[in-house]
Amino acid sequence: MLDMRLYMLQRLSALVMAPLVFGHIAVMIYAIGGGLSAAEVLGRTQGSVGWMLFYGTFVVVVSIHAAIGLRVVLAETIRIGRLPLALFSWAVCLGLLYMGLSAVHAVTAS
Amino acid sequence: MPDAAASLSVSVWRGGPEAGAFRSFDVPALKNQTVLDVVAWIQRNAEPTLSYRFACRVGMCGSCAMMVNGQPRWTCRTHVRKVAEDGRLEIAPLRNLPVIKDLAVDMDPFFDKWVKAEGVFHSSTDRAADIAPVRPSTPARVAADAGIECINCAVCYAACDSVAANPDYLGPAALNRAWTLLNDAKDSGRVAILDAVSRPGGCTSCHSQGSCERFCPNELSPLTSIAGLKREAAWRFLRKES
Repeated sequence: MLDMRLYMLQRLSALVMAPLVFGHIAVMIYAIGGGLSAAEVLGRTQGSVGWMLFYGTFVVVVSIHAAIGLRVVLAETIRIGRLPLALFSWAVCLGLLYMGLSAVHAVTAS
Repeated sequence: MPDAAASLSVSVWRGGPEAGAFRSFDVPALKNQTVLDVVAWIQRNAEPTLSYRFACRVGMCGSCAMMVNGQPRWTCRTHVRKVAEDGRLEIAPLRNLPVIKDLAVDMDPFFDKWVKAEGVFHSSTDRAADIAPVRPSTPARVAADAGIECINCAVCYAACDSVAANPDYLGPAALNRAWTLLNDAKDSGRVAILDAVSRPGGCTSCHSQGSCERFCPNELSPLTSIAGLKREAAWRFLRKES
């Protein structure tokens, strides 16, 4: 269900994700507390390589981390074969990647 | 001395691997009484065909573990007054292991996993060699000593929700044993042990919920041992050691 490779991938993705989560929370508090409008937010993010890298990395590590975590939850909740488990994990990972990177593209592309 | 007015209401699991049910018994309540005393009273006075395991009666052999009011306990050292709820006891076979009959479970899967986790001594010398000195103060020996008082009672195995969810998971006792051997200066099975605990079902299947530590009657911490194995296995993976 979870070999050493996947286990390490989940741990390392968490390692990268942790500071990004704090950064994201800080951004949310700043944006909401300061009362930034959507236009003001987009004004800061569009064309910004920094924000693209920040949220692009965030999306990639979240997609990996969540897919492996849900894989374990599913395997321990219902009896499921290796192939359906692998398909499920890839579907979650690619689904999150697609949605996340689309969102990042929408707010950072100039 | 029995207190004539007091009795315990005890439900005991009766049945084999396929079917069974709880049966109720009234057992005289004593001031000092263990759960194993209650089971023995029922067998001797009410239900002669009741099957259960025990041997030493003093918490050394690890054979009398059962579920008591839904929690795994070593019954010979568990006082009724500490676990009875309103004078009621529910006694069932250990969780996570196949039932043979009544309160006796098949311990084979439990011990098979000890072997699967390489929880066996790996010798590097023969009997002609000098006895290797082992310093009690080295960090490795301190880590090993912290886990070696396991009596193989399977209480941790029954308490573990990860075992319940994943039957391939080796479980806390086997991994604790692997950890003590990994830290044993006389054991030469480091590669074999880390290979065994790095496979699916090994230490990576532990969710660190800590029920093993919560229920271990000898107050060991398999959780700490498993964390140690995770650490060693992770470093080995990163260094690409074979």
